[in-house]
Amino acid sequence: MLSRKLRCLALVAGITAGFSISVSAQSTNIRIGGLATLDGPFVALGQEAFRAMEMAFEEANYTAGGRKIDWIKESSDGRPDVALTKARKLIEQDKVDILIGPMSGGEGLAIKEYAKTAPTKTFVNGFSAAQETTLVSPAANFFRFGADGAQWQAGLGNYVYDTKGYRNVAVVAGDYSFGYTQVLGFMSEFCAKGGKVIEKIWVPNGTKDFSSAIARIPNKADAVYIMMGGADSINFLTQYDQSGAKQPLILGSNVSDQTVLSAKGPFQRRLVGLPSAHMVADGIEDAVYKDYVAKYKKRFPDGLSSPSAPFYGYYVATKAVLAGLNQVAGDLSGDQAKFRAALSKLRLDMPAGQVSLDENRQAIANIYVTEVARAPDGSLYNKVVKVIPNVNQTLGQPREAFVARGVPSRDNPSCP
Amino acid sequence: MTISPWVGRALLASALLVYPHLATDFWIVSVGAYAMVLGIIALSLTFLTAYGGMISMAQMATAGAAGYALAIFSAHSASAGMALLPWPWAVAAAIAVGTLTGILIGIVAVRSQGIYMLMSTLAIAMIMFYLAQQNTTILHGFDGFSGVAVPRVGGVSLREPLPFYFLCLTSAALLYALVIYLVRVPFGLVIQGIRDDPLRMASLGYRVWLHQVMAFAVAGFIAAVGGVLSLWYHGGISPGSIGITATVNVLIVAVIGGLGHPRGAFIGALVFVLLQNFAVDLVGSNRYNTLIGFVFLVIVMASPDGLTGLWRRLRGMRKGSLDGGVVTQKL
Repeated sequence: MLSRKLRCLALVAGITAGFSISVSAQSTNIRIGGLATLDGPFVALGQEAFRAMEMAFEEANYTAGGRKIDWIKESSDGRPDVALTKARKLIEQDKVDILIGPMSGGEGLAIKEYAKTAPTKTFVNGFSAAQETTLVSPAANFFRFGADGAQWQAGLGNYVYDTKGYRNVAVVAGDYSFGYTQVLGFMSEFCAKGGKVIEKIWVPNGTKDFSSAIARIPNKADAVYIMMGGADSINFLTQYDQSGAKQPLILGSNVSDQTVLSAKGPFQRRLVGLPSAHMVADGIEDAVYKDYVAKYKKRFPDGLSSPSAPFYGYYVATKAVLAGLNQVAGDLSGDQAKFRAALSKLRLDMPAGQVSLDENRQAIANIYVTEVARAPDGSLYNKVVKVIPNVNQTLGQPREAFVARGVPSRDNPSCP
Repeated sequence: MTISPWVGRALLASALLVYPHLATDFWIVSVGAYAMVLGIIALSLTFLTAYGGMISMAQMATAGAAGYALAIFSAHSASAGMALLPWPWAVAAAIAVGTLTGILIGIVAVRSQGIYMLMSTLAIAMIMFYLAQQNTTILHGFDGFSGVAVPRVGGVSLREPLPFYFLCLTSAALLYALVIYLVRVPFGLVIQGIRDDPLRMASLGYRVWLHQVMAFAVAGFIAAVGGVLSLWYHGGISPGSIGITATVNVLIVAVIGGLGHPRGAFIGALVFVLLQNFAVDLVGSNRYNTLIGFVFLVIVMASPDGLTGLWRRLRGMRKGSLDGGVVTQKL
């Protein structure tokens, strides 16, 4: 009995010691952690994220600032607590110097709070786009080189007011922080112009039956703004088409995603001509962008027909980290202070335009207003109708006034 | 020559006390403390199953009710740093809410048995999940609570690695002792009697349903403590924390540890946490869920009563008795 227990204890102690040794025997390589979703509802996005990191690292030959890079991957399932557990593991156990991720809004908020407790490490956001992450009590070591969900909608409100002539719009959107953020981005321009959002219908994530939401859309709405996650938006579009509703749609950033556009169904014929906006668009007519698409297609023959928005987000984040490391010649001493200073001042020329950071380490970047169009081969894509250059987080408004309006929520903003 | 089991226990206790002084923060908190938090929640299920013969799928939801209550009363990122109650009161209120939730679930659940009880408690858990997801005014809908403040005692945050580890260790040890104590006093004996033959207990004059509801209350209390610690560990709570995956995880922990004895909950939790953390390193990020599933399958196939059962069985084999380790488990 005693000897067995002793043996058991010795085993546990041995395992623990083994792990501590393997950690303390670190090489001089720079360790970069990647956190994305290979589980849960965002699996396809997570695969794109890791492809993006792989492509960026390969372009740099897995070196930056003269040092080799070790890349450690971890997977979340889109839930904040899981993302947090995995981030902790990357930082505390795998001893990464820099963490790139996460994927979704709630995860981003959790990682930002965690970043505050690990001030000697650097966190670079992957694709999460909740506004509060960098707008309200930002973490000094959390950087976001992608625009947030409100920025993604820059130009869309003006476009539908001026060009499409919509005055009264109803909103059907996902009932969570990212949904509120996108609606705020759309409404801040549209309401400033004098447009009215006469009804907001919030639908829980994962809704399958949208009939009651569709029935609540007022007749006097000129158009309906919709914003839901991947599978939800396909369900909505199908049921909206079947309901015989006539009002045209305005698409939130996720709804005009290639994962929705390439889904088959009778709703497809209603999509052509619908406006949307995002930080990247598959219809960008630019040599640099086309080169980027060609590289993606060559590297990942089994990937999507063109690189997705999450791919772009993680690609820019990884490129930013590499550029920062090159500037400081791989010097992460002094709790990475030099590296962080370099990151803050970066001006990156990326496939979809230049990216720089504001004082909260949040990206200032181009936004593309698009319309869904049909390519010669019959597939749908987002044709760029307008580029809004250098959109900042406060959408061009003074920071104090913008922050004072409060975080986006069901009732903020409001212009009925 | 036999050595008193107390020697083994003393060794285990001293190992648990020495461990955090040798290990890194990750091993102290993300493995050690978290395994105990998960173990406490699984303990509430193991208690119901081992001694009451009842399977409840609502233990994670019960822990979540306590977690949500504590989040509401504490300072969090949406409350501008203001707490509704001082933390000792908030914790007491949260545990009261969890216990009450356990009682209410029990009142509904004890009307059925076996697989039907499992289904009805699963339904309750899902109702609570959807309530949390769709109530935006109090429970903050899909986003839940984040940035929940963890209390400071004497200038030290309870969330610091060492204080948090010992907080979890103390809670786990006390709750384990509570379960061991309860099953030896008349209340626990009645519960076990009901497990074995409810009709006979009823004819002896015991109120079967009342005792079963009281067992749910005890389980609710245990889960509530787990919920409080879990909230502090994660720094927040959202509907995903009480969703179907989290609910099933508690059952998995309890089953791989073994539903026959309360210690199984903690052994199962430790194995589960280690797998969750290191499966990715073993097989790469694309297939780690397959490995986790495979290990669970092997454990359950090799030993239907979990790792504790396996232990007993091996011991039994060595002594030459074939049925040395088999526990009769009535569900």
